Amino acid sequence: MSVPGRFRLPLSGYLVVLVGICWREGLRFLNQRGRFLSALVRPLVWLFIFAAGFRSVLGVSIIPPYDTYVLYEVYVTPGLVAMIQLFNGLQSSLSMVYDREVGAMRILLVSPYPRWFLLVSKLTAGICVSLLQVYAFLAVAWFWEVELPPIGYFTVLPALMLTGLMLGAMGLLMSSLFRQMENFASVMNFVIFPMFFASSALYPLWRVQESSLALWWICTLNPFTYAVEVIRFALYGQFEPFSALVVAGCALVFLGASILAYDPSAGVMARRGGPENAK
Amino acid sequence: MTTPPHEGAPAAAPAPAALAVRHVTHEFGTRKALDDVSLTVPAGSFTALLGPNGAGKTTLFSLVTRLYDNRSGAIDVLGRDVRREPAAALSALGVVFQARTLDLELSVLENLLYHAALHGIGFAAGRRRALELLDVDGLADRARDKVRNLSGGQMRRVEIVRALIHRPRLLLLDEPTVGLDIASRAALVALVRRLVAQESLGVLWATHIIEEIAPGDRVVVLHRGRVRADGTYEDILAQADAVELGAAFLKLVGNSGDTAAEAAA
Repeated sequence: MSVPGRFRLPLSGYLVVLVGICWREGLRFLNQRGRFLSALVRPLVWLFIFAAGFRSVLGVSIIPPYDTYVLYEVYVTPGLVAMIQLFNGLQSSLSMVYDREVGAMRILLVSPYPRWFLLVSKLTAGICVSLLQVYAFLAVAWFWEVELPPIGYFTVLPALMLTGLMLGAMGLLMSSLFRQMENFASVMNFVIFPMFFASSALYPLWRVQESSLALWWICTLNPFTYAVEVIRFALYGQFEPFSALVVAGCALVFLGASILAYDPSAGVMARRGGPENAK
Repeated sequence: MTTPPHEGAPAAAPAPAALAVRHVTHEFGTRKALDDVSLTVPAGSFTALLGPNGAGKTTLFSLVTRLYDNRSGAIDVLGRDVRREPAAALSALGVVFQARTLDLELSVLENLLYHAALHGIGFAAGRRRALELLDVDGLADRARDKVRNLSGGQMRRVEIVRALIHRPRLLLLDEPTVGLDIASRAALVALVRRLVAQESLGVLWATHIIEEIAPGDRVVVLHRGRVRADGTYEDILAQADAVELGAAFLKLVGNSGDTAAEAAA
């Protein structure tokens, strides 16, 4: 039986949903103070210990966006910012796996709003949380003589949103593939560290090319490299179009695949073999 | 001669059922979870979906709530096809899943506000509705407590409140009393029956516990993915030629070991 009259969700409702999802993510973040602390301590350990120790060993020549020689701490800072976002993207996805495991995911998915919008809202919430972590890190780094041009603190914001979207969407896609937290947590280690090390986060690509052409190729094919470069240029008030294009393209691919994976008719949820597995 | 106001006018279309499931079959790989299932939940009625574990109740709920799409047949919520008009259908239904789905780290009110937001209800309106429902449910004094600190029965009641926050016309409950003691179970059943009367809700209550079904209820018996009987409590007794529902159930589904154990529970 069909009822005449087309049903439309109010546009204002979309904003309410977005705010509600961000609010809940914020509450969860505040309830998990250890998560904030570890998100801050992890890059700071790299900055205070690793970068300081390698300062005299690793020299960085003048390469864009830098217009002079820079300390190694200054060079690794954009990579550490990207690392915060990488961890946060996968952490948010871990919470989605948890939500699915405990059944809370069902509550999100029975909302009348389109599933793509719910997933994008989830991603947006994750990006907002990562921004808090990044700015807290940059504030501490400032006292460690990593002083960026003042404009950089503003111009990096859109770059962070773009890179956060890519890394969050990547995590979202991964979360759709795992049924249990334990499996996902172990896989995270195989994703985070190779992505971080095989990128321009810790050393410039020309240096990598000098030591190993194979590794250079791996770094060049790693989307995380481009995320680091987008952030690096933006921190100095500059725009690197090629890296931005790669990051935007990867973000769209990951997001599209995630939406498909969570689609009720086409995705992995529909093929899981029973409702008990699609919580 | 005076003419009655409606004489000559076309008859008004009958109100759509709260839920109409027609010829739905669903398979997971080679396993058939539902086999040509049809059932109706009239508006303002309490309908029990009676079946042992593995009968297909949860699969049916997953299709009605569009966790996945039905590939055959049709599912209408208040006349809206779940696949073609998911927004309209999902707006009209509230659901309590078998597994607990509250966020333990948040307070009762925060859980309810989050759910309200997912249905496009802002914080102010959501808070008003949540407090009103918690008051009816007798949980108003626990609104700011963390869900983690509630008992199992209280969590279930909060989930029912949550399912009602957006004023649905159909309420689905998938074995909501599992794990509850006798008193909590009775209180929960009484609460839902009160809500059916107060808010004129259509309720589909999936269970394998005979005691939760009362004379006058509609009953659909589901076994191994097929509807074995559908009618009022009294119709089911007559159909099985039995004097009480437990015996009727066993006759209808065959007295297999697992079934007998469930019915005895």
